[in-house]
Amino acid sequence: MVNLNVSLAGVELKNPIIPASGTFGYGREYAELYDLNILGSFSWKGTTKEARLGNPQPRIAEMTGGMLNAVGLQNPGMDAVLEKEVPNIAKIFQGPVIANIGGFSIDEYVENCRKLEDVEQVKILEVNISCPNVHAGGKNFGCDPKAAAQVTKAVKAATSKPVFMKLTPNVTDISEIARACEDAGADGVCLINTLLGMRIDLKTKRPVIANRTGGVSGPAVFPVALRMVWDVYEAVRIPIIGCGGVSSAEDAAEMMLAGASAVEVGAANLKDPFACKTMVEKLPVVCEKLGVERIADLTGAAHR
Amino acid sequence: MKKSLFTMEHARQLTEDTYELVLSGDTSAITAPGQFVNIALPGKFLRRPISICNWTDNALMLLVKVVGEGTKELVRCVPGTELDVLSGLGNGFDMSLAGEHPVLAGGGIGIAPLYGLAQRMLEAGMRPTVALGFRTGKDAFYLEEFASLGSRLLIATEDGSLGTRGFVTDCIRAVPECDYVLSCGPLPMLKAVHALPQLKDGQFSFEARMGCGFGACMGCTVPTKDGYKRVCKDGPILYKEEIVW
Repeated sequence: MVNLNVSLAGVELKNPIIPASGTFGYGREYAELYDLNILGSFSWKGTTKEARLGNPQPRIAEMTGGMLNAVGLQNPGMDAVLEKEVPNIAKIFQGPVIANIGGFSIDEYVENCRKLEDVEQVKILEVNISCPNVHAGGKNFGCDPKAAAQVTKAVKAATSKPVFMKLTPNVTDISEIARACEDAGADGVCLINTLLGMRIDLKTKRPVIANRTGGVSGPAVFPVALRMVWDVYEAVRIPIIGCGGVSSAEDAAEMMLAGASAVEVGAANLKDPFACKTMVEKLPVVCEKLGVERIADLTGAAHR
Repeated sequence: MKKSLFTMEHARQLTEDTYELVLSGDTSAITAPGQFVNIALPGKFLRRPISICNWTDNALMLLVKVVGEGTKELVRCVPGTELDVLSGLGNGFDMSLAGEHPVLAGGGIGIAPLYGLAQRMLEAGMRPTVALGFRTGKDAFYLEEFASLGSRLLIATEDGSLGTRGFVTDCIRAVPECDYVLSCGPLPMLKAVHALPQLKDGQFSFEARMGCGFGACMGCTVPTKDGYKRVCKDGPILYKEEIVW
């Protein structure tokens, strides 16, 4: 019997599989399909202080091995989430929830974190300083180590919950940003958010996505994400949630070998709504093949 | 919604770029005409959302227009090909609201869901008028199938090569008693139908580039008077009063 338990800054997860923010809403759509309690956790849709309508249509484009999106942080706003989604989450998922938080200023991040302080079920705050699809949507914070540190410090002072900073890959050296977050007190980091990309429609000769650019995700970005997790593992001591193109239990194991303590699954859910369920079911077999009894032992094992 | 394998039974070419596909499989998740399926294709990351033309307990009928690589691949699937399908997506038409004199207005490939809808309305004892618009006579398809259902059928083509010369709206104006529309077609057509003063109310099926097709990703949301709605989950059918053009 393989032990799938993992720990993220003291928060125990029954397994390392976590649906990634922005691909799982607040759990409602997937709860109609399977019992979410099989999941280690889930990261809810990036939530800002005010409701956001998001970007104009079209927001989606396809590519070989993945997709692009420019949803633009559409969400009902923190107050509405607290009122309508949090009570529903309690009904559909009893495990630890990761609250993904967006923001346009340090004050907004801080206020959002304060509002979640008394929400018992939220065990980890995932602070998005990396949205590529919104002007000043946190990306400015995620591209500069000083700014990333400022957000981290401010948020840490406002909450007693573990804080994971979600990092953008659209930087020269992601390890430098991760180190700045660690030095400022972050309990962990989550990487990567989407890679900035675009497509042009050959019929119209115009960008496919109305926002012109979008975030690239899907299996094609997996090697990039894996390499960045590897680099960040070498650079920091805090736990890493590995994210980017994970599409199978084998991918999840690979991500952990590179240094991830847990794994977020994004675009794969959109193609196959049962992707995370399938991964959780296959993880024990993968671990047996790898000869590990505790999946947590995989974390960083490729470095040793 | 259900995820299951469907088997391609046959593909029949209807016009230069339009095909009828019949697939066998479990259709139990389909609850209303106007819903759609989302089909995974080998080598394509995103599924292809296709409106349901009609269905039985174990067969699914689709009308597909080839618009790109994915749809081209789909219509080329040989009989026996197994396809991974999410079925029963979206809200579908609510025919109980259609009143005494409904008109089903379709344009181009948008006529697809109106076939299953017309059949079910007739089975329920309703008497829908069907108005179909095409660019030219050679683009028209499924006319015999619609005619054999037995409802009043009006045709318009832009060049007058078949039926009324003009648009589907010209057909609807000719039947002024029709005061409720159930419509699917290109955006300019939907907009023109929506503006017809004779219509008290109606339902309009929208199209969008989708990520997931089941309401999770917010890729296809559009503004409505009732707030933002996901075309895939809250739609694809939107109601006359809520639509923002």
